[in-house]
Amino acid sequence: MTTATASHDDHGHHGPAKGIMRWVLTTNHKDIGSMYLWFSFAMLLTGGVMALIVRAELFQPGMQLIRPEFYNQMTTMHGLIMVFGAIMPAFVGLANWMVPLMIGAPDMALPRMNNWSFWILPFAFGMLLFTLFTEAGAPNFGWTFYAPLSTTYAPSSVTYFIFGVHMMGISSIMGAINIIVTILNLRAPGMTLMKMPLFVWTWFITAYLLVAVMPVLAGVVTMMLMDIHYGTAFFDAAGGGDPVLFQHVFWFFGHPEVYIMILPAFGIVSQIIPTFARKPLFGYASMVYATSSIAFLSFIVWAHHMFTVGLPLQTELFFMYATMLIAIPTGVKVFNWVSTMFRGSMTFETPMLFAIAFVVLFTIGGFSGLMLSIAPADFQYHDTYFVVAHFHYVLVPGALFGIIAGVYYWLPKWTGHYYNENLGKFHFWMSFIGVNITFFPMHFIGLAGMPRRIPDYALQFADFNAIATVGAFIFGFSQLIFLFLLIKTIRGGEKATDRVWEGAEGLEWTIPSPAPYHTFAEPPHVK
Amino acid sequence: MATSNYYVPESSYFPIVASLGLIGMAAGAGGMMNHMSAGGEGFVFPHFVFTAGSLLLAFIFFQWFGKVITESRAGMYSPQMDKSFRWGMSWFIFSEVMFFVAFFGVLLYVRQWAGPWLDGQGDKGSTHMLWPDFDYAWPMFNNPAGADFPGPQAVIDPWHIPLLNTVLLMTSSVTLTIAHHALRAMHRGKTIFWLAVTVILGGIFVYYQILEYIEAYTELGLTLDSGIYGSTFFMLTGFHGLHVTIGAFILFIMWIRICKGHFTPDQHFGFEAAAWYWHFVDMVWVGLFLFVYIL
Repeated sequence: MTTATASHDDHGHHGPAKGIMRWVLTTNHKDIGSMYLWFSFAMLLTGGVMALIVRAELFQPGMQLIRPEFYNQMTTMHGLIMVFGAIMPAFVGLANWMVPLMIGAPDMALPRMNNWSFWILPFAFGMLLFTLFTEAGAPNFGWTFYAPLSTTYAPSSVTYFIFGVHMMGISSIMGAINIIVTILNLRAPGMTLMKMPLFVWTWFITAYLLVAVMPVLAGVVTMMLMDIHYGTAFFDAAGGGDPVLFQHVFWFFGHPEVYIMILPAFGIVSQIIPTFARKPLFGYASMVYATSSIAFLSFIVWAHHMFTVGLPLQTELFFMYATMLIAIPTGVKVFNWVSTMFRGSMTFETPMLFAIAFVVLFTIGGFSGLMLSIAPADFQYHDTYFVVAHFHYVLVPGALFGIIAGVYYWLPKWTGHYYNENLGKFHFWMSFIGVNITFFPMHFIGLAGMPRRIPDYALQFADFNAIATVGAFIFGFSQLIFLFLLIKTIRGGEKATDRVWEGAEGLEWTIPSPAPYHTFAEPPHVK
Repeated sequence: MATSNYYVPESSYFPIVASLGLIGMAAGAGGMMNHMSAGGEGFVFPHFVFTAGSLLLAFIFFQWFGKVITESRAGMYSPQMDKSFRWGMSWFIFSEVMFFVAFFGVLLYVRQWAGPWLDGQGDKGSTHMLWPDFDYAWPMFNNPAGADFPGPQAVIDPWHIPLLNTVLLMTSSVTLTIAHHALRAMHRGKTIFWLAVTVILGGIFVYYQILEYIEAYTELGLTLDSGIYGSTFFMLTGFHGLHVTIGAFILFIMWIRICKGHFTPDQHFGFEAAAWYWHFVDMVWVGLFLFVYIL
């Protein structure tokens, strides 16, 4: 797609500082990207342990291991940590590492602010996790924190949760602004918008979504704070407010948010599939337009999360049809990925395996989403395990597989070493099998009526729950293979070439492996 | 498009200290509010944490922005860097717009749907059964549960202080533009004068806003606890007032910088960013005057 005429340079700059302060004080996009990625991996394991606690309790009907109060804290914290601590920072980490390399920029546009965006997060999550050890316990109202559960009936830790969300919001907005400015202003000469790699395009659109909706999240938690501590009545009908209003404002943030968690994965997969199919991406321009359409539609579909709350009929109809429209641009994307692979010279290295699994399993999640978008049918599915199955299919083999695929794809560029392909494939198959054993049965128990967020269940759901728990443990412990592989690759391995992959195209493959500390101090010229 | 001299700063202690300040503020504020709502009194440990965090953050912001000014004046920023700041500020203001959009949306929803439904009108009028005596009107003087949320006796008359404040802010936009033109024409004295007028007008606005709040609390019974009218009123005007205060403070910093001779007719983005912010705050006020006070 793009070729560089003038190559990289890495002269005249000193390397990284020594010791821990290198990481604390750094303004280097690669250092900051690495910190984001390690932080998100730590959060993935933390949130994963919580998920395993939940699954262990659900292994059998009845209460075995934990109290219901603690179960609620686990589901809540699992959701919050995975959404805000694992998936989002991982994408920002990948953007930090790769966007400057892909557009030929010397660094991110605003490097000090970049560091601040990162270093807010460990403190915010530290505060959130600390509430687990307080007397009142951690937040227990679900990651969607619906009022009045999160206001009138909330534990006192909700105040810390609110300020934690504010901090994550500040971090996300600054990170997103940085990415937008970098893409708009730091592209190498000749890198026009329609020559940008799709990962850059999808992140550009994602960053726009972040800047648009994170302030709305800040608004909704601020209103909660006022209701809880200062006597306002935003979400209290007794004072003329409305608890449903909470859901409207929350999902006005929340629906773009779910695309924030998937669009960069679309971009990663759109980088990987052409490389291993050894063909240019099919329908590049339509990919850009489809991503933009999805982003636009994400603002006018929020109430499909609220079909059963009591909305006027015409509202239900509008949001039902608007939601169904999303299937069109998404279908365009899936069609393009499949068409890229069609008659390609395909090989199946680990990134490609994860990318293909992404296309297949994300599509399953997309189809169950289409089922959920049908308002009359949603009255049956709402708040059941079918919804849990749906969003875990788009978030785990969707977003998370996209992230893992990207890490495998770019790891040789980052570390200078090829990872162990056999170990990578082992990690893939364990994850693939584990994820499907975990989440596929949830479709069935959901359709049969098992409600979500309940620590106990009726006997007829026992078999599938037991299977799901086994799958969850397989999937969870498989990630230790990943951790082992990452450490092993960083410490050594077969020396990677500059191009890394035979079919790889783009500026990031023109620089040495491992990527020097400073790259593109002189911008390359893109033809 | 990239040039070869894009400035990438060396490692910096600003971000980590700012993070420490921020977590101090956040954790401290959380503790303070929980202490307050639990009926506690006095200056306790969270108050100390909050104060220390705020001071630390303010201190590091002075350092950080000071460093940016020094670097800018040392000529380390290329025109491309200037563009980064412009894009950055524009998108920051967009995020602020979306923050206010959330609250305006809340006002719209309450007035257009939630209120009438509670009164038995419209598609979801069945909610009327919750409080059969409730009649919807805006301003909402009688809340559904009047015992828990006693409504206000009266609301602010738009044609007194709010109208005056509208005139003040509109005028300040004009005086700011005059100052900008003077800056571009190298009339430093004129710039200093008109910018000072702008800051003073902003200060008077905040003063009147405080008077209005005192009137609301002491004479009208319009408080944060007086139901959804008070909630939306104070949320919208309060956050706007906060933004005016911040904007006036930024303009004041610009005033000091102009007095020190910092800007040139072509290079004064600090001033322009402050002006953009001020105009944004103005536009929000127009929305407030229309939808909160008049309509």
